[in-house]
Amino acid sequence: MATFELKGAPYIPAPTRVQGVMLQVLLALVPGVMAHIWFFGWGIVVQISIAIVFALTFEATMLHLRGKDVRLYLTDLSAVVTAVLFCLCVPQLMPWWVTATGMFFAIVVAKHLYGGLGYNLFNPAMVGWMVVLIAFPRDLTAWLPPLELAEYHFTLFESATIIFTGNIPGELVWDDITQATPLDTLKIQTALAMTIAEIHEDAIFGDFGGLGWEWIANWYAVGGLFLLYRRIISWHIPVAFFGAVMLVDLPFYLMDPDGYLGPLQQVFTGSVVLGAFFIATDPVTASSTPRGRLVYAAGIGVITLIIRRWGAYPDGVGFAVLLMNMAVPLIDYYTRPTIYGHSR
Amino acid sequence: MSGILAIIALAAVLGLLLGIAAVAFRVERDPMVEKINALLPQTQCGQCGYPGCRPYAQALANNEADINQCPPGGERCIRSLAELLGREFKPLDSERGEEKPPAVALIDEARCIGCAICIQACPVDAIVGTAQMMHTVIAVECTGCELCIQPCPVDCIDMIPVPENPQTVAA
Amino acid sequence: MATEIGNRLWRFHGGLKLRNYKVMSTDHAVLHGLPIPEQLILPISQHMGIPARPVVEPGDKVLKGQVVAIGDGFVSASVHAPSSGTVTAIAKRLVPSAAGGTMGISIVLETDGEDKWIQRDGIRNFETLAPDEIRARVSNAGIVGLGGAVFPSHIKLMRDIHQTVETVILNGVECEPYISCDEMLMRERAVPVVTGGRMMRHALEAKRCIIAIEDHMELAGRVLREVVAEIGDDRVSVVDVPTIYPQGGERQLIETLTGQQVPSGGLPVQIGVVCHNVATAAAVQDAITDGIPLISRYVTVTGPGVKNPSNVEALIGTPLSQLIEACGGYTGDVPMLIVGGPMMGYAMSTDELPVIKATNCVLALVSEDVRETQEEMPCIGCMECVNVCPADLLPQTLFLHAKERQLEQARSYGIFDCIECGCCAYVCPSHIPLVDYYRVTKNRIWKIDEQRQKAEHARRRHEFRERRRQRQETARTDHLRERERALDTKDPQDAIAEAVKRSRQHRARRHRKDKD
Repeated sequence: MATFELKGAPYIPAPTRVQGVMLQVLLALVPGVMAHIWFFGWGIVVQISIAIVFALTFEATMLHLRGKDVRLYLTDLSAVVTAVLFCLCVPQLMPWWVTATGMFFAIVVAKHLYGGLGYNLFNPAMVGWMVVLIAFPRDLTAWLPPLELAEYHFTLFESATIIFTGNIPGELVWDDITQATPLDTLKIQTALAMTIAEIHEDAIFGDFGGLGWEWIANWYAVGGLFLLYRRIISWHIPVAFFGAVMLVDLPFYLMDPDGYLGPLQQVFTGSVVLGAFFIATDPVTASSTPRGRLVYAAGIGVITLIIRRWGAYPDGVGFAVLLMNMAVPLIDYYTRPTIYGHSR
Repeated sequence: MSGILAIIALAAVLGLLLGIAAVAFRVERDPMVEKINALLPQTQCGQCGYPGCRPYAQALANNEADINQCPPGGERCIRSLAELLGREFKPLDSERGEEKPPAVALIDEARCIGCAICIQACPVDAIVGTAQMMHTVIAVECTGCELCIQPCPVDCIDMIPVPENPQTVAA
Repeated sequence: MATEIGNRLWRFHGGLKLRNYKVMSTDHAVLHGLPIPEQLILPISQHMGIPARPVVEPGDKVLKGQVVAIGDGFVSASVHAPSSGTVTAIAKRLVPSAAGGTMGISIVLETDGEDKWIQRDGIRNFETLAPDEIRARVSNAGIVGLGGAVFPSHIKLMRDIHQTVETVILNGVECEPYISCDEMLMRERAVPVVTGGRMMRHALEAKRCIIAIEDHMELAGRVLREVVAEIGDDRVSVVDVPTIYPQGGERQLIETLTGQQVPSGGLPVQIGVVCHNVATAAAVQDAITDGIPLISRYVTVTGPGVKNPSNVEALIGTPLSQLIEACGGYTGDVPMLIVGGPMMGYAMSTDELPVIKATNCVLALVSEDVRETQEEMPCIGCMECVNVCPADLLPQTLFLHAKERQLEQARSYGIFDCIECGCCAYVCPSHIPLVDYYRVTKNRIWKIDEQRQKAEHARRRHEFRERRRQRQETARTDHLRERERALDTKDPQDAIAEAVKRSRQHRARRHRKDKD
């Protein structure tokens, strides 16, 4: 008499694993990161390396302290994704301990203290970013200009030296090598009552967005489209985010083209594209109903615009994401889909 | 100075709004008692420390009692109460009693003396009989509360466990 | 009369495109004429509802087609002997009705090899029968839904006085991978299928009968359409629906064909539709035309673990091991044997189990084709489950409530609308066994609902008792007060005299009664 194993259905092999999902997200970020290196140099590579090391170390430690299976959760690559996304939102030559602090708050506080993978309320990368932005404002505003405009180019080794020691080769100081970002420039100069057209004559602006940044955004979009094709993310968030940003900006722009960026320009400056495809789409912290995701992403778009125009910070994507994370439980409750057989 | 005045004004306005909300959006507490009572097993046994299920429900609604005081309700009842009242689940308070498997009372006909004391004791009138006549328990109406056991002067009532139907046993 | 239904198709929400795996069992004919098994095991509960009541005893000789257990109650079905022989026992046997198999009381029949039939009677022209007669014959034949739900079919041929049935749908949409018994049935026995459908339409006094098949079933579709054209009943038509899992789910099929949804907790008859499996239709035809009760069915024996995967015509009660043998035996080391399909089937621990009325497929899987058992990870909220759920549910929210045992929340989020198709569990990247969670939660809710009903009943009795005692108490005090007042107005001497007289009369009455 033959005997067999007992298990529950379904029995056909599964199409995906968590690790698979995270790996494809990382793959989708590669074009953007390559573009980043092309336009801004090697700093990002060092940052990402440092961030990954700290992220995995913190993750392993917390998993061990919480008595969880370290190997299983460490290899799901979710911490690596957090690390990379964080680095894409911070200046390239930021000191290593700022990165480490960011990773601490992202992994230990935002993720594990809230319950670990799947239970966190707030987007870990954005929490890390927000903490270092508020705690170390000087370091978080020290952005490099694109290589095209920069006076000084740093090799990989030199970038590493700056990041680890804080000393810049050639006896330079930070003011020599850093420059305001496109959105920084925008904010400062609108305050000086310059028109958009005048501001755009500044070399920091490229063809349709920030110089260098606009192309990096394009490559993020390529990665994002890859994720859409692979059904890792759904269309709701990118469409609603872009839609909200462009549609809400449009009336302001039409009323006062001199005072407001055009819709397309809003999209291609700052982290809107990165946010739309990679940050807001973090499945754990985003809304979990289809209509809810539209509301969630639209909310992020609107808040981003508000912060950009009237807030103290040049870009609002990070704060917008965190604010909408708070609203997610309420959004989920009110956007439940109608179940089959219940009245429509 | 203007900053201090602004904060005071803000506090006053918010306080006023909260006060209005407390009155305008007041939730009636009483229907809660019905909802809580509906979750209790209705054995009226008194093990929770209250003279029946409704008084216990009232106490729960008034936040005077804890959710883990009902042995006949057992773990399932505690979880339902936890969900309804938004409180944390906690295991049954063992001092109140223990959760027993479902059982019904059985009167031993040989020993029964027809005193009718158990009939008085049964909260759901599940015992049929009259003075000097044979008493018997209507099994399907018996909730297993065991209130008839103690009063019986000749100790002729036993609790017989009810076998669980495999179609309704759940984890 | 062109059918409006069938001209337009709607799309139900979600669903999955799965690999078919059907060619291995459909590229050759069904195996008939399997040797009669030495022993047939016939559970008295092979259907939804109350188990049948045995009408034979150990030692009884029975003929093929003889009823051995009669349906007990309204929702019940009879069981018939699939071959002639002797009843040797009525005892508990392992039955493939749930995961791992369950023990169920069964009639054990030792066959004598003669396969002798009982006297049968059939009707050539079913249109001369009244709907009630058709129902009675279907019920006597022990026919139940052969698509898997095994609901007694005669009940689904009943018309509600308040609701006309417009459409009878024959469900030939075999959407689960590997299973192909219905498709082969439609190819080989198209006439009984179509005729059975016509009989059902007649019994329900419906306007039309639609036979729904998957759009990849080309040969079956052709054959069915030829038969329909030949018979010339223009109330019957064949409709192709898209091949998506779980298109064959009753609710999803109805939505696709009619655009309407069956009300939650309700029945299709409420929207004028009745749905039967194609094999059920063929069984109905067999019962009416030839007087043959339900004693056999087509079973797909397939999977990479079987040497010659095929469909077989099997007698109810045949051990699964014999079916595998008939298909060449196992290919080697086969770790899993599933009764049913790869999405909704049940894994069994042994192959010494009988074919029952619900057994549509036996699937032997080898390691490479089995989903690896992975550690359950937390839900990451990827929403893939929401995208594929054909019942428009939020599986991840249901899972959360199921896990936290928040039963009322699970109920309000529609857990009883879950059809347990497994789409959500299939796509979950965290490998959460979602359907298992839902099944356990449903059971928990049924249990507490049952308890609450009892408690409600006890509460009412208690409240009535309290009111009764109150009433008696007030009646007593009123009565006492009445007596006191009466005494106050009387002269004490008179009152005493009256009392003495009353007592004497009472004693005299008692004395007289005792003497009698």
